[in-house]
Amino acid sequence: MSKINLTVNDQQYSLEAIPGETLSTLLRERLRLIGTKIGCEEAECGACTVLVDGEPMMSCVYPAERADGKTIVTIEGLAQRVHEEMKLHPLQEAFVEHGAVQCGFCIPGQIMTAYALLKRNPNPNSDDIRFALKDTLCRCAGYPSIENAILAAAQALRTGEPVKKPTHIPNSAHSHKTVGHSHLRPEAVEKVTGEAVYTDDLKFDGMLYAKVKRAMIPHGFLKRLNISKAKALQGVIAVLTAEDIPAEKNHGLVIFDWPVMVGLGERVRYVGDALAIVAAETQEIAETAISLIEAEFDLQPIIANPVQAREAGVPQIHENGNLLKHIKVRKGDMDKGFAEADVVLEHTFHTPTTDHAFMEPECSIGVPLPDGRMEIYVGSQIPYQDRTQVARVMGWPEERVRIVGQLMGGGFGGKEDVMGQIHVAMLANVTQRPVKLLFDRRDSLIVHPKRHATQIRVKVGAKKDGRIVAMETELYGDTGAYASLGEKVMTRATTHSAGPYDIEHVRADCYAMYTNNPPAGAFRGFGVTQSAFAVESMMDMLAEKLGIERVELRRMNALHVGSVTNTGQVLNESVGLTECIDKVDAEMRKHNPRPFDPIADEADLNIVRAWGLAAAYKNTGLGGGAPDISGADVELYADGTFQVRSSAAELGQGLVTVMRLIVAEEMSIPPEQVHVLVMDTDLTPNGGPTTASRQTFVTGNASRYAAKTLRDQISASMAEKFDVRPEQIRFENGTVHVNGHSLSYADVYKEMTALGQQPRVRYEYEAPKTKPLGEGGDMHFAFSFATQAAEVKVNKLTGEVRVLRVIAANDVGMAVNPLGLQGQVEGGVMMGLGNCLTEEFIVENGNVVTDHLARYRVPGIMLTPEITSIIVEHPISAGPYGAKGVGEVSSIPTTPAITNAIYNAVGVRIDKLPVDQEMIARELWEREGK
Amino acid sequence: MSGKSPPYSTTDSGVGIAKHPIEKCRRMKGHHMNLWQEYKRPTSVAEAVQALASAPGPALPIAGGTDLILDLRQGNHLPIHTLIDLTFIPEMSALEMRGDSLYIGAAVPVSRVARDPLVGAHAQALTEAANLIAGPQVRNTATLGGNVAHALPAADGTIALTALDAIAEVAGASGTRKMPFTSLFLGPGKSAIDKTKEIIVGFHIPVKTSEVSETSEVLRASSCFKRIMRPQGVALPILNCAVWLERSGEVVNDIHIAIGPGGPVPFRTTDAESALRGQPLTDAALTRALDALLAQAKFRDSARRASADYRRHIVVGLFKDVLETAWKRAEQD
Ligand SMILES: Cc1cc2nc3c(=O)[nH]c(=O)nc-3n(C[C@H](O)[C@H](O)[C@H](O)COP(=O)(O)OP(=O)(O)OC[C@H]3O[C@@H](n4cnc5c(N)ncnc54)[C@H](O)[C@@H]3O)c2cc1C
Ligand code: FES
Ligand code: FES
Repeated sequence: MSKINLTVNDQQYSLEAIPGETLSTLLRERLRLIGTKIGCEEAECGACTVLVDGEPMMSCVYPAERADGKTIVTIEGLAQRVHEEMKLHPLQEAFVEHGAVQCGFCIPGQIMTAYALLKRNPNPNSDDIRFALKDTLCRCAGYPSIENAILAAAQALRTGEPVKKPTHIPNSAHSHKTVGHSHLRPEAVEKVTGEAVYTDDLKFDGMLYAKVKRAMIPHGFLKRLNISKAKALQGVIAVLTAEDIPAEKNHGLVIFDWPVMVGLGERVRYVGDALAIVAAETQEIAETAISLIEAEFDLQPIIANPVQAREAGVPQIHENGNLLKHIKVRKGDMDKGFAEADVVLEHTFHTPTTDHAFMEPECSIGVPLPDGRMEIYVGSQIPYQDRTQVARVMGWPEERVRIVGQLMGGGFGGKEDVMGQIHVAMLANVTQRPVKLLFDRRDSLIVHPKRHATQIRVKVGAKKDGRIVAMETELYGDTGAYASLGEKVMTRATTHSAGPYDIEHVRADCYAMYTNNPPAGAFRGFGVTQSAFAVESMMDMLAEKLGIERVELRRMNALHVGSVTNTGQVLNESVGLTECIDKVDAEMRKHNPRPFDPIADEADLNIVRAWGLAAAYKNTGLGGGAPDISGADVELYADGTFQVRSSAAELGQGLVTVMRLIVAEEMSIPPEQVHVLVMDTDLTPNGGPTTASRQTFVTGNASRYAAKTLRDQISASMAEKFDVRPEQIRFENGTVHVNGHSLSYADVYKEMTALGQQPRVRYEYEAPKTKPLGEGGDMHFAFSFATQAAEVKVNKLTGEVRVLRVIAANDVGMAVNPLGLQGQVEGGVMMGLGNCLTEEFIVENGNVVTDHLARYRVPGIMLTPEITSIIVEHPISAGPYGAKGVGEVSSIPTTPAITNAIYNAVGVRIDKLPVDQEMIARELWEREGK
Repeated sequence: MSGKSPPYSTTDSGVGIAKHPIEKCRRMKGHHMNLWQEYKRPTSVAEAVQALASAPGPALPIAGGTDLILDLRQGNHLPIHTLIDLTFIPEMSALEMRGDSLYIGAAVPVSRVARDPLVGAHAQALTEAANLIAGPQVRNTATLGGNVAHALPAADGTIALTALDAIAEVAGASGTRKMPFTSLFLGPGKSAIDKTKEIIVGFHIPVKTSEVSETSEVLRASSCFKRIMRPQGVALPILNCAVWLERSGEVVNDIHIAIGPGGPVPFRTTDAESALRGQPLTDAALTRALDALLAQAKFRDSARRASADYRRHIVVGLFKDVLETAWKRAEQD
C-alpha cells in the first residue's frame, strides 16, 4: 500500500493510503480537522473547501491519494497564519463583526474560498467576490453580510488597519442599555475557527455506525424481509426490525402515526419508510449490510397528490382515511359579501413541495450509560419532545433519556420531527455501544418532512372604491405520508389565506390530505408562504381590474389597530402593517417614481425591468389554544458570571444571543458576563419547540422574568443584610449599589451563599392564553407584519428572470439585536427568492426525483439582489421589551413581490411556482401570434 | 465557565454545548463503500495506458473526478477497481503553442484554461466556456479531457472545442493518433474513446494568425461562447452556442457553429456554416443561416429542463448574439 505524504496547516504527515478515501475524510476522520464540513459530498455546496497548493478545492471529491506531495490549508490553519499567536485572521474577524455567521456550518468553506480569493486579488469588488463564492452555498443566506465581511477583511489586509465594523445597521428605536444595540454572537468565534462542534464531529470510543434500510417504494405492504445475509456480514453488530421495537411502534409530533419501522404485513406509505436498521463497525460495512437486506412488497396504487387523495373510491392510506383535517374559517356571510361586491375575481394557484436543504444533514448519536440511561446527541429543534418520543418507543420513563442538543447547521423547521433519534437509541441499547446515524444528503432529501405543496383557489369580491368585502379560499395541502405538523401548518395557511387585510366576509376551507409523498411539516413560513403567494397575486390582479393603484389598494384594506381578523380576533396593539407598506413604497419610489411601469433596457430592448410589491403577516407563537410555555433558569456563579439556561434551540437564528442580551440588560452587566446553555434535557428547563417564530418572545420572556426574579431575590437578600428597604438597592454598571456600598456580583454571590441562599431562579413563562380556531377571540398573542418590494429584470425572448433589488420592511415589535435581525432578514429574503425562482422538490408518483443537491437548487450568492432592510417597531406589550417574532415573516412576501414584478414587467401572471422561464417565454411568443 | 475571556478567545464561547474530547487519529471510518480499491499515479502517458491495460479489475482514468466520483458515489457507474490519475503526467498538464496550434493538455484544470492568456488570445470561446463551468472550486480540478470524455452533447467546454475545430490526441496500446473533434462522440454520454483502454492526451486548436486574403483584405479570426441556463435543477445549460469565424472585411471567410444540445452528440450546424461562408454578413444571410440551423438541428424535449419548442425559440437570439459578438471581435482585433 502506498503512502501519502502531505503538509496540512504547516504540519507534515505521512499516512497509509486507504482505498476509496477522499481528502475530506482524511482530514476529518484521520487528522480530526473537523472544521472542514460535509454538506453534500457531490461538489455542490462548497462546505468542504480547503486549499490545495493555494487553490480552493472541494475536498469531498478530491481523492486523498492525489494529495500526495501537496500542501493543504484548512480553516484550522488560518488563525495562526497571520500572526505568531493564536489570533483570528482578519477574514474570520470580519465574518464575526459583520454578522455573516449564522448557523455557521457553511462558514469554513466561505472563509477558505474567500481566503484564496484575497491571496490572488487583494482588492476585490463585489463582482469578484460573487464570482469566487458562486458555488459556496449558505442556506442561512447572509450573502450580503458575507460580501461586506470580505470587503472589510480585504481592506484590513491591505491597510494593516483593524477590520471595519458595519455601520449601516441602526439601533432599535426602543433600545435600552444592552438590548436594541447590535451585539456579536457568543458562538461566532468558534464557528469561524472551525472549532464549533456539530453532531457528526463527535466521536465516542467504540462507536458503531448505523444505516437505515428504506422501503424505496411509495405504497405497499411489506410481504417479506430477509436480514440474514446482513446479519452474517463480518463487522455487523446488530440488525433490528419492527419486531425489535420495545414498546410503542409509532412516533409523531401531534399524531403518533409514523412507524419507527414498518413490520411484516404492515403498510409502507412513502419511499423513506424504515424497514430495518443496522449498526456496524464501519460506515462501509453498515452500507454493505443494508444492500444485503431483501424486501418484497405487495404494491398498492399510489396517491400522488392531495386532490386525488380526496376523490371518492381511492385507496385510504391511514385508518381514518386520507383526510388529515378539514380546516374551516368562517366570518360574516359570503352570499351577502359577494352580492355587495362590484367586482369578483377568482383564480387558482399552485405551489410545489420544497426542502429546507439546511447545510448540515441530520445526525444522531446514541450513547448508553453504565447506569442504564441513554444519552442522545442531536441537533434538534424540540429536545424535550425528542425525549418523550424516544422514551415512548423504548418503554422507558422519560428521565431515562437525556437529549444533549448540539449546534445545528440550520433547521428552518426541518429538524422538528424525529429522524435518527429513536433508531440510535434502539441500536445503542441493544449493542450497549455508542451508535452514530449520519444521514447523507440523499437520506436527508428523501426522508425528512418538507414544505407542503398546495393548490389554493382564491375568490375575492370588492367595491369599486377598492374596499374588499368578501374573500373565499379553498386550499388543498399535501401533507404526505404522515401527519408531522401538517394540521398546524395548514391551519396557519388557511387562517392567513385572506392576507393581512380587514375583510368583513371571509370563508376558507382547507383539506390537509395524506398522500404517498414524503411527509410535509414545518418550514419557515409555516404554510403562510404558500397562501401569501396566492392572495398577494390576487391583490395585484384585483388592483388591475379595479384600476386602483396596488399600493393604495393594500393600504386601504390593511389590518390596523382595531381590526378584526378572519378568525374573530380584535387587534388591540402592535399592527405596523401600514408603516411597512408606506416605508417600502417610499424607498421604492426613490429608485423609480413609477415603479410598476415596465422599463426596457436601452442596450437591449428585450430586457425589461419593473417593481412588484407584496404584504404579509404571520403569527408569533403556537396559538390556537395551545399553552405556550417556556422555562428558563438564571443562575449567578461565584466568579460573578451568570448562566441562563433553556432547552430552546439555537439553529443559527441567534436565540442564544437574544437570551444573553436580555439577562445582561436585566442584571446591568456586559453581555460577555452571561453564559448561555441550551438544548439539554438534563440541564436546561423545557423551552418548548423552536418553531412559529416564538422563542424570542417566550424564551426571551422566560429569561427576562427569571433574571428579574433573581434581581428581586438579590435585592431582598441585600436589603436584609444591610438593613435597607429593597427599593433602595440599585443595579448599575455591573455592580449592586446598597446604601453607599458597591458590591460586585461575585460579592453578592458570597453574601447570598453565606446566608444559605442559592442565587438561582427558574421561571416558567406562559404566553397570553389563546383560543382555538372557530371560537373567536384571540387565536394568537402576537402577529408580525411585513411588506417587500422587488425589482426584477425579465428577458422577453428567453423568459429569464433576475431579481435586482429587494426592499423589506418588517414590523418586529422591537429589534433586540439589530445585527442578528439583519441576518434573519437577508436569509429570509433569499429563502423567499429560492422558493419563487429556483426550488422544487420533485416527486413523481411517489418517487423522489430531486434526491441529490445537484437537482435541488438553493440560491447562491450570484442570485443575491441588493437587499435593503427597514425595521419597523410597533412594540407589543407582552413581548420582551416589545419584541415579537421575525424568523418567518421576513421570508413570506418575497415570492409574490417577485411574481407581481414579473407581471408588471412583461404582463405574464405566474400562478404556479417555481417561476418557469419557458412558460413566460411561451406566453409572450404566443401572444405575439407566432 | 469563566467570564473573563477576551472577545476573541477561541477557547470559551460562552455557549454551553456539551463537548466531548475528540480523540486523535483513529483508524478512519469513511462514509461510503469503497469507491475504488487501487489508485495509480503514472507520470507518463505510456505508463498510464499500461496501467489501464494491466489493472487487475475494471479500471478508468480519473482527471478532476468531478463527474466520475459523483457517478461512482451515486451508484450510476459500475464499480471500479483501479483509478488512473492523469494529473501527474506533465504532457497532459501542458498548455503552450505548438507550431500553428494551441496545445491544451487534457488534464489541465478548467480554471487554468480560463485564466490563460494564450487561450484568451486564440480561443476566446474556450475562455468564456471555461469561466462558466461550475464554480471556482470545481473548475480548479475539472478538466477539458473529462468534459469531452463524458460526452454530453451540451457540455460547455466540449461545445467551445467543437466550434474551435480542435483535434484530439488519443493514446492507446498501439500508440497515439489524432482524431477530429466531432469523431470523439457516439451518443449522449457515449464516447468514441474506450476509456478502459485509451486516454485523451490533449487538444490541438488550430490558430490562424492574421493574414491577407486574395481580395487583399486582412483576415481576422475570433470566437465567442454563450449559454442559457435555467435556475432550477442541474447546473448544465439548456442551450449553449459557440461560433468561430474568420472575417475578411464585411465577408465571412470561414465559420464554425456549434450548438448544444442540437442532437445526440455535440452538434456543428454545417448547413448554416455553408449559408454564411463566403457571404457578407447581411440580414438576409443571417436569416438563411438561421433557417438552415433550425432545419438541421435536432432539438428535443428534455423533461423538466426545456422543450424542443423552447429551444428552437431561444436559439435564434442566442445564435445571433454569439455570432454578432464574434463578428465584432474580428473587427476590433
Ligand atoms: C457542481 C458542478 C457543476 C458543473 N457545472 C458544469 C457546467 O456548467 N458545464 C459543464 O460543461 N460541466 C459542468 N460540470 C461537469 C464537470 O465538471 C465537467 O464535465 C468536467 O469538465 C469533467 O472533468 P473532470 O476532469 O472532472 O472529469 P472526470 O470526472 O475525472 O472524468 C469524467 C469521465 O471522463 C473520463 N476521463 C477523464 N479524463 C479523461 C481523459 N483525459 N481521457 C479519457 N478519459 C478521461 C473518466 O474516466 C470519466 O469517465 C459540473 C460539475 C459539477 C460537480
Ligand atoms: S461540496 Fe463537498 S460537501 Fe458539499
Ligand atoms: S451560516 Fe451559512 S449555512 Fe448557516
